[in-house]
Order: sequence, then C-alpha cells, then structure tokens
Amino acid sequence: MRGAPLPSKTPARRTGYGSRLSFAAGLALTLAIAGFLILPAILSMLAGVTANYFRGLSSGLTLRWVGEVLALYSDTIVLTLGLALATLATTLVLGVPAAWFLVRNPGRASRAIEELLTLPIAVPGLAIALAMILVWGGVGDLRTSWVFILIGHVLFTLPFMMRAVVANLQAIDARTLEEGAASLGAGPWRRFLEVIVPNARPGILAGSLMVVTLSVGEFNLTWMLHTPLTKTLPVGLADAYASMRLEVASAYTLVFFVMIIPLLVAIQWLGGLGAPGGKARR
Amino acid sequence: MRTRFDLLLILPAGLFALAFFVVPMARLALVGASGPEGLGAYFSVVTNARHREVMLATLALSAAVTVATLVLATAAALFLARHRFPGRGLLVAMLTFPLAFPGVVIGFMIILLAGRQGLIGQVSDALVGDKIVFAYSMAGLFTGYLYFSLPRVLITVMSGVETIDPAMAEAARSLGAKPWHVLRDVTLPALKPALVASGAIAFATAMGAFGTAFTLATDIDVMPMLIYTEFTLQANFATAGALAIVLGLVTWAALLVARAFGGASVAAAG
Repeated sequence: MRGAPLPSKTPARRTGYGSRLSFAAGLALTLAIAGFLILPAILSMLAGVTANYFRGLSSGLTLRWVGEVLALYSDTIVLTLGLALATLATTLVLGVPAAWFLVRNPGRASRAIEELLTLPIAVPGLAIALAMILVWGGVGDLRTSWVFILIGHVLFTLPFMMRAVVANLQAIDARTLEEGAASLGAGPWRRFLEVIVPNARPGILAGSLMVVTLSVGEFNLTWMLHTPLTKTLPVGLADAYASMRLEVASAYTLVFFVMIIPLLVAIQWLGGLGAPGGKARR
Repeated sequence: MRTRFDLLLILPAGLFALAFFVVPMARLALVGASGPEGLGAYFSVVTNARHREVMLATLALSAAVTVATLVLATAAALFLARHRFPGRGLLVAMLTFPLAFPGVVIGFMIILLAGRQGLIGQVSDALVGDKIVFAYSMAGLFTGYLYFSLPRVLITVMSGVETIDPAMAEAARSLGAKPWHVLRDVTLPALKPALVASGAIAFATAMGAFGTAFTLATDIDVMPMLIYTEFTLQANFATAGALAIVLGLVTWAALLVARAFGGASVAAAG
C-alpha cells in the first residue's frame, strides 16, 4: 500500500520529489500487474503460431498447429457454438418473461423467486453437476445428450439474462409504460410483446452477450456433465493441456481467444461487465 | 394483483429451476446424509482429519488470494484514478483483458508463466542457473486465482474511487493529515463497500472454482478437487454430496456478504 500516491488533483502539488516518487512507484506496480496479466496471454498466442516453442520465434511462424487443432477438435468448436446459441435461445424464452414478472410484481415473493433463480451462480458448478447427475443421470438418453449440458448452462446463465433485463425495465419505468398501453386497450400479451420487449432491447442485448460469453467458457459444470461424444471447447482445452504438446494447446487457446475476445470487447463497450450498476448489473 | 398472465410469465423459469436445481440439490443433500456416518457427514470438515485439513487449506488459500488481490488492485486503482498520462487507456485495457477467461485457460496461463517450460523458469535458469517452477502446487493455484480476481476487483475498485469526492482528501490534507492518514481515514473507508463486495466475490471464486486447479494438477488439496476425486475416483457419493453442500453454503454466504454491500455476483465463472 506504500505505493498509493498522494490524493491530489492539483498538478502544482505533484512537482515535489515525494510525489514524483509515489507516481513512479504506482506506475511500476500497475505496470507489473498489467505485465503479469498480459504476458502469459501473449506467450500463448505466440506459442500457438511458433514452429517450435523451445527454440523460440527463430524457428519460424506457422499455422500448422492451428490446422491440427481444427482437424482434431473442430467438433468441440461446433458443439460449443451450437450450445451457446441454444443456451441464449432458452435464456431468452425463460428469462425475459421472468424479468417482466419480477418488475410487474415487486414484493417479498418476487425477491424470493429472484434469489432462487440466482442461486445457481452462488453454488459451485461442481455441486450442481453432481446433483443433476444424481437425479437426471439415469433418465432416458439425457445423460449422453448435449441437452444435458444445455440444461447446466441455462441454470448458470439465466440469472445474468434476467438481471440485465430487470435492470433495464426498472430504469425505463416499464410499469408506467405498460399502464399507458393498457389504457389504450391492449391485452397483457400484446403489451408484453409489443411494448415491453422492444423497450427492453438494450438489456436483452447486454444479457445475451453475457450469456453467450459465459456459455462458451463454462467448465465447472460442463466437465462433470460431458461425455466423450459431447465435448465442448473448454473441455477439449483441458484435454489438450493435459496431453498435447504445448504448441497445439496454445493454438487451441488461440482459437478460443478468437471466439471470445469480440464478445468481451462488445460487453466492455456496452459498459456491462465494467461498472456494477451498469446495464448488465453483473 | 397476480393474474393468470403473471403466472404464465414466471412458470417456465420456475419449473425449470425446480426440476433441474431445487429437486437435484435436495436429493444431493439427502444423498449426503445417506452414508455410513449419516448426518455426521455434514460435519466431516470438523471431525474428519483429512477433510478438515483440506477445508482449512482452501479457506487459507482463498483468504490469502482475497487479501493479496485487494491490496494490489486498490493500489493500482488509486494510481489509475488519480493520474492521467499517455498510454493510460491502453494500460486499463490490458488490466481488464482477462476478465472472462475461464479457469482452465487461466491454469494454462500459469503453466506458461511458472510451469516446466514457463517464462519464470527460463529467466531464472538463465540468470542464476536454477529453474524456478511452482505452477503445479498451491503456489500455482494462488497465482491462478490472483490472475482471475485482479481484473474484477480492479474494475470494481476503480469505479468506487470515482465516486469519492476529492475535496474530502483535500480537506484532510489541508488540515495537516499525512498521506498515510488520508488513505487510512478517508479513502479506504469510502472504498469499503467496493472492497468488501469484490473481496467476497474473489473469496467465493477461490473456494469453489475447479477449472484452474484441474488444469494445474489433480493432486492439489483443495475442496473442489477433494469432492471431484471422492465422486469420480472413489465413487463415494455420500461424502462428495455432503462436502459439495457444505462448500456451496460457504460460497453462498460469501456472496450474500457481497450483495449486502451492493456488489455483483459473477462468481464461479472459473
């Protein structure tokens, strides 16, 4: 904590020797943290396109490893994208009406329901997966189907969709909006579909980006729920980290970055993940 | 006034949560008590020496990660909030870049940093002829959770710093307070909600996350790995169930603290 600089906004105060020292210390610490976070990511991206990681970049750049990953693991990439879209569709169908319910009926019962629906974020994915296997593992072909993973992903991501839409509807005072539509004689379903949903679009967009990002990267639940025929990208990554040469593991990670970074940039741009109390209200 | 329409709005999500979360968790709780020890399985983190050891190690690891993350992130956030300089935007972007990396990927980042072929080992080998490798141990896991939590805590504390009125610190200083006292008596108290909320999230994540530990080594003694091996290798469903419920209660309690301070709950994303 010694590195914390003087709390001054006046530039004149910052010319002293002590202030310059504290600026240097603060900068050094912040740069060190940034280096810690960014260096391994850069290393992994480089390793994924380097012919031989041991000999370094001088061994030349190649797309060979990326090609190998696409040949070995393309099914995990397809499944992951499909799962993310199915998760998104399901959270939209379940989450947007639920959010409208919570905004329309404020009170203790709604808070309890919201708490229950949010609980899957607070409980470790491992525990949820064990519980799901105990009850649903023996029912039909569910255990070996990708739908089993879908259910897990929906449990985990639904709160994010719901909260993003709830925050949006509260911010625009949707209840007053609805009363206006009701006074014009529109029924509840029409009001929901033609007034509420269009006005909740920013929240739905923010929630959707979160849902897709979380689904693409989910591992805690997925590792327990997957079968050899239903491997997602993060599951494949864990495989590759354990058994493949470093270059292949890195190339696979690079593929993952290419999928996830645009989503992260979009989320930051919307201000969702960034500010608590922002649109996505994390 | 509830209508049939309201019921139809909440019914799909409600039934889904009931079928795939409430009923399974209740069943898990029952299975947890179905072993030879009965309900005693829920107290095994106190009564069973090995479970107690693992629980204490996990708590210690999570507490250490939380403290280290808070100290580093607060120092960096205060620095970034108070200084404007060229490249600051890029620096903030770099600090928040790993925000949604899953735990497995973070495990790999730690291997690249401190693993057998890692950067730290290569540098230390070249400098002092000794290859430093610590990725596949508790120290590696600590580094991994630090990596996971720093961006999150940093963002929360940075937005907390923005809400502090600079005039307060200015006033304290003009009354003769030393920088350290301004920090202790003005800045940190104002940041308390942000620190408690983001700290609780860091703690819950370190308690319950599984991906990073799984990538680094399967023999690191933390709760999620213990539950995993009890379930898959020993097929000891009762023990695994009871430990999972206990762990879930701990992470839930931590996140309740976070929410009481207005925090968010991106938790076990690892």
